[in-house]
Amino acid sequence: METVKFTIDKKTIEVEKGTTVLNAAKKAGIDIPSLCYFSLDGMKIENKPGGCRVCVVEVEGRRNLAPACATEVTDGMVVRTNSMRVLNARRTVLELILSDHPFDCLVCAKSGNCELQSLAHRMGVREIPYQGAQSTYRKDTSPSIIRDVDKCIMCRRCEMMCNDVQTVGALSAINRGFMAVVAPAFEMNLEKSPCTYCGQCVAVCPTGALTEVDHTRDVISALADPTKTVIVQTAPAVRAALGEEFGLEPGTLVTGKMVTALRELGFDYVFDTDFAADLTIMEEGTELLDRLSRYLNGDKSIKLPILTSCCPAWVNFFEHNFPELKDVPSTARSPQQMFGSIAKSYFAKKLGIDRKDLVVVSIMPCLAKKYECQRDEFKVDGNPDVDFSISTRELANLIKLANIDFNSLPDGDFDHPLGESTGAGVIFGTTGGVIEAAVRTAYELHTKKPLPKITFEELRGLEGLRSATIDFDGLKLNIGIAHGLGNARKLLEDVRDGKSQFHAIEIMACPGGCIGGGGQPLHHGDASILRARQKAIYQEDANKPIRKSHENPYIIKLYEEFLGKPLSEKSHHLLHTHYFDKSTQIIVE
Amino acid sequence: MTQIKMHLLVCGGTGCRSSHSELVAKALNESLANHGLDAEAKVVSTGCFGFCEKGPIVKVVPDNTFYVQVNPDDAEEIVKEHVLKGRKVQRLLYLDPEKEKTVSDDRHMTFYKKQIRIALRNCGFIDPENIDEYIARDGYSALAKCLTEFTPQQVIDIIKKSGLRGRGGGGFPTGLKWEITSRVQADQKYVICNADEGDPGAFMDRSILEGDPHSVIEAMAINGYCTGASKGLVYIRAEYPLAIKRLQIAIDQARKYGLLGENIFGTGFNFDIELRYGAGAFVCGEETALIHSMEGKRGEPTFKPPFPSEHGYLGKPSNVNNVETYANVPVIILKGPEWFASIGTEKSKGTKVFALAGKVNNVGLIEVPMGITLREVIFEIGGGIKGGKEFKAVQTGGPSGGCLTARHLDTPIDYDNLLAAGSMMGSGGMIVMDEDDCMVSIAKFYLEFTVEESCGKCSPCRIGNKRLHEILEKICKGEGTMEDLEKLKNLSQVIKDTSLCGLGQTSPNPVLSTLENFWDEYVEHVVDKKCRAGVCKSLMKYTIDQEACVGCTACARACPVNAISGERKQPHTINQSICIKCGACMEKCKFNAVLLQ
Amino acid sequence: MAIIKLPECKVNQLKEICKSFNNDSGELINVLHKAQDVFGYLPAEVQEIVAKELNVSVAHVYGVVSFYSFFTMTPKGRYPISICMGTACYVRGAEKVLDEFRRELGVQVGESTPDGRHSLACLRCVGACGLAPVVMVGEKVYGRVAPEDVKGILAEYANL
Repeated sequence: METVKFTIDKKTIEVEKGTTVLNAAKKAGIDIPSLCYFSLDGMKIENKPGGCRVCVVEVEGRRNLAPACATEVTDGMVVRTNSMRVLNARRTVLELILSDHPFDCLVCAKSGNCELQSLAHRMGVREIPYQGAQSTYRKDTSPSIIRDVDKCIMCRRCEMMCNDVQTVGALSAINRGFMAVVAPAFEMNLEKSPCTYCGQCVAVCPTGALTEVDHTRDVISALADPTKTVIVQTAPAVRAALGEEFGLEPGTLVTGKMVTALRELGFDYVFDTDFAADLTIMEEGTELLDRLSRYLNGDKSIKLPILTSCCPAWVNFFEHNFPELKDVPSTARSPQQMFGSIAKSYFAKKLGIDRKDLVVVSIMPCLAKKYECQRDEFKVDGNPDVDFSISTRELANLIKLANIDFNSLPDGDFDHPLGESTGAGVIFGTTGGVIEAAVRTAYELHTKKPLPKITFEELRGLEGLRSATIDFDGLKLNIGIAHGLGNARKLLEDVRDGKSQFHAIEIMACPGGCIGGGGQPLHHGDASILRARQKAIYQEDANKPIRKSHENPYIIKLYEEFLGKPLSEKSHHLLHTHYFDKSTQIIVE
Repeated sequence: MTQIKMHLLVCGGTGCRSSHSELVAKALNESLANHGLDAEAKVVSTGCFGFCEKGPIVKVVPDNTFYVQVNPDDAEEIVKEHVLKGRKVQRLLYLDPEKEKTVSDDRHMTFYKKQIRIALRNCGFIDPENIDEYIARDGYSALAKCLTEFTPQQVIDIIKKSGLRGRGGGGFPTGLKWEITSRVQADQKYVICNADEGDPGAFMDRSILEGDPHSVIEAMAINGYCTGASKGLVYIRAEYPLAIKRLQIAIDQARKYGLLGENIFGTGFNFDIELRYGAGAFVCGEETALIHSMEGKRGEPTFKPPFPSEHGYLGKPSNVNNVETYANVPVIILKGPEWFASIGTEKSKGTKVFALAGKVNNVGLIEVPMGITLREVIFEIGGGIKGGKEFKAVQTGGPSGGCLTARHLDTPIDYDNLLAAGSMMGSGGMIVMDEDDCMVSIAKFYLEFTVEESCGKCSPCRIGNKRLHEILEKICKGEGTMEDLEKLKNLSQVIKDTSLCGLGQTSPNPVLSTLENFWDEYVEHVVDKKCRAGVCKSLMKYTIDQEACVGCTACARACPVNAISGERKQPHTINQSICIKCGACMEKCKFNAVLLQ
Repeated sequence: MAIIKLPECKVNQLKEICKSFNNDSGELINVLHKAQDVFGYLPAEVQEIVAKELNVSVAHVYGVVSFYSFFTMTPKGRYPISICMGTACYVRGAEKVLDEFRRELGVQVGESTPDGRHSLACLRCVGACGLAPVVMVGEKVYGRVAPEDVKGILAEYANL
């Protein structure tokens, strides 16, 4: 390793060549404030436009101040991070940014979690001397995301996420100068853009410019309505992150406390999306084996690979970008929707109530789920299978609102029958989990032999693109895994061009999978948080007595009592779906 | 075949074309044909002569007669008298305002006397659409010399030794830039010509491209040879249709002659040039922004390093120089670095082209040796201030530069002196201002430009310049305070200190230099609520002289906002709270009773 | 899902333009120049097709179009009027000339008259500083324009 030696605030330290002043300073115990800079270490995600100029430092011999985030340390460099000149410049720059920002902090959705706000606090800004015109834009509300562009500070993080990481291309910097801002083409509503609602823009936005649509009020109203039975399902990734909102260490599993909190909030039944994840495996795993055996038997109408379909942002992505491949993904609905569908048929019947009197709320790490549950194909006579989907962050707010002291709650257990799940259902929450869960079941269904080893380490990790070959007792199954839609695009292009070697591919829209979802507590660019959440998910799996979906007794019972068998007509009707072409159409007049 | 004995050079630069020089050329041709002289005399449409003030210009060679402000109607007389009879048309000659005598030869005109034309050497001499004329003036022999006699490093050493510095603004040593690019290893490199002249009030690059496009092509090929690039790209403003046309013709001709393309001069050297169009963004003069624009992106600059010499167009090493810089190169090769270095000052060698404009008598494009004083430029070449008014300031460097005053008139012009005086060379705009110009308004004008042209990427430039402009507007409206002046200073310093690219780092210069040199004028606006130049409308007051007013009501009828009241045949008054200061009353008053204070 | 409606000939013309630049996204600005030459302006539909042909997001195309002042999404007048706002013209009174045009046409900069005859724009230096202040109507250049001349200039186009 080549190193360089430099002096920062009179401390001389040695760092690896190529290190930026910002990162080198951290090693010297100096925390230079920054705003636009954003990175997820080890995940190849970095935003370094050098635009906000908050991190400027004085470099000896340089005419002007240098942005610490973009300046690499050189041998013998002398840096000052707290001279009068630096402090004045930094404060003035911040005052300028604030002068073009609405002053509605008290009622802003991001209040308390806003990086601009905490910067102003840290620098002790008490007035804004440079007041003047503010750039204003139309507010835009979509099913999942609210854009309040007046609050955009041009950090470009969302643009980087939407384009470089996700390759969705819904957002771009537009206009120039004072009116420059990040927005969809023609400042159209997100709903009309190719946005997938993955919510990664929301996850990285430092201010209140991009936030989720808040459904907590709807949930409160439903809970207060005595004529309704309100049930809740919680996605696997939520339990691995919710604790962060209450000051717990990242990676703390709070399944039991979460269940108790939900019960205290007044939900009539607290169920688990993991149950539906097990159900998904039954359907998707069987579909995989079915397609595979027909393919291997020479059925030319069968297309492989089979692609997972539980991620709603990913579904939106291929509907927009690869409509010609809409027959390739599994037709299995996502666990959220399978849950809703079963709840409003099987469970409503058990309770003896009309589906319209049953309200299904889902707690999701995801913002695309808000859109998904509003899709027409998931409604019966206008009544949605899932009524409201709220994010992990919204649940935390709900708990705080209800005066619940989360950290002192005793552990509770999920209700039956839709609350029982296996370890396979839990790992849906991380990249590689769905396919591992599918393999556990498909292996045993195919080989009729028990798995020699339950875990598949080769499918785990945080690399954006991974692949492994699993030996199904002589049948070699090539498996691909992508998380982040940009990585997914690469695999999809291979599929489209007939170059894909995979039999099955798992795709998750968000970096890290659902643990890094757009509805999770904000990680503010700390990748170690994602790793901790992933570890917690696998821990929860290891703790489970049953770790294979097809062994879930309540799933077995559900098929016996209601569905018959996987891919049955009833299953098709209730648990499967079809996809649409949402690409731009040119109509010639 | 009769030999052509006489050339009639008609300026075809944009300035003269705007005053219909094409019609002059057409009329001359018709007249020559009518008199059967078209075999003996030839009309050539050339590039800019520089003396735009007196355009359209027609120069007759070989006797060097310089006709000014020629109308199409004058063509017949020029042909009949001059071409046919050899008698100069006196009334079309330039009249020396001082000696009140006509001057026929441009070499004796004060406008040209102190000029040395290197970059502009061929402008106004050759037909830019004819490669043979360029070749006849030693064109492409510098390229031949480089390819056959010198190694790339030797050529780089010549450029280094000449002391040539970038003419686009920053003044980075050209030879050094070439050397850096040449040393980076890559499978593909690019030579880029920045022809996105965006400084409002500078047009030398366009004049060179319109008048002598081959000199730029030749220099780019030489640069390609030095740096190891086989591809050249010219980033040119789409607003320059004539320059684009002539450059394209020149490229096509050079290809036809084998001076571009493969195996040039049989040396195995390959080089070709393509055009890329700008689309109206001043910031694209900054090299990283320019490169992004060429890649089909928003023209936003990026932090340097990496410099384009390492990571440029499509990620490949790229050498970016501007038009004027390139135009110097072939001459340096042919005449040698010592000759070039003998012109100019210690650290600024050679000449600089300036677009002299504003309140001077002789507006135009001039090329002067570095080290010439502002006084020489403004009062000798420029012929002094228009209308005999008082010189007040000269602005150099465009929106990045500053305003200099009488105090700086004897400062020799070079990169370092201008920088020290709080301005800069920039691309070479030079706008002269007189007593009628309000310096606060001038600063506001430039800030308006910067606000319009800021790319918006970094916060100090995006928001800071907007705030600067707002404060200046406030001051011009008479609502400024002394505290605002302090704010202007601090903001300007911070914007300079923290902006991402050259645009933001220099955008406060017009404010800082006017604050420094015209502090009293700012204070007058703020404290006395007065604009001495009478430019800031809000600080002016229209009143009616009660003695002079006869009560004709003309003013009251003309007032668009009914601010004037008074009985018929009685003196009228203006309600200041309603008055919008349009001046309509003053125009209408036949008795000079409306006063402006 | 965006649905674009354009006449077939225009769609084909646009596709031809993109093809002439090898559908290379790096040529986006050149493509937009050509497209604006053909259509006079760059409406959303045109940008959608260019995006599709060059395989870039329409947000990217719009980001570029809205960045450069040369590109416009509103149709220009038949006789577009541009007032040079270069420094030389400014110090010689271009602003007053602009004010007069504003008043006479009743439109602001960037707008067109209701009959579509004129649009009003400011531009940077046209390089005719010797003739300052300079006004362009279409391709025609008017030099040394005073506010009093504005009516006369407009009259030339009144019956066209």
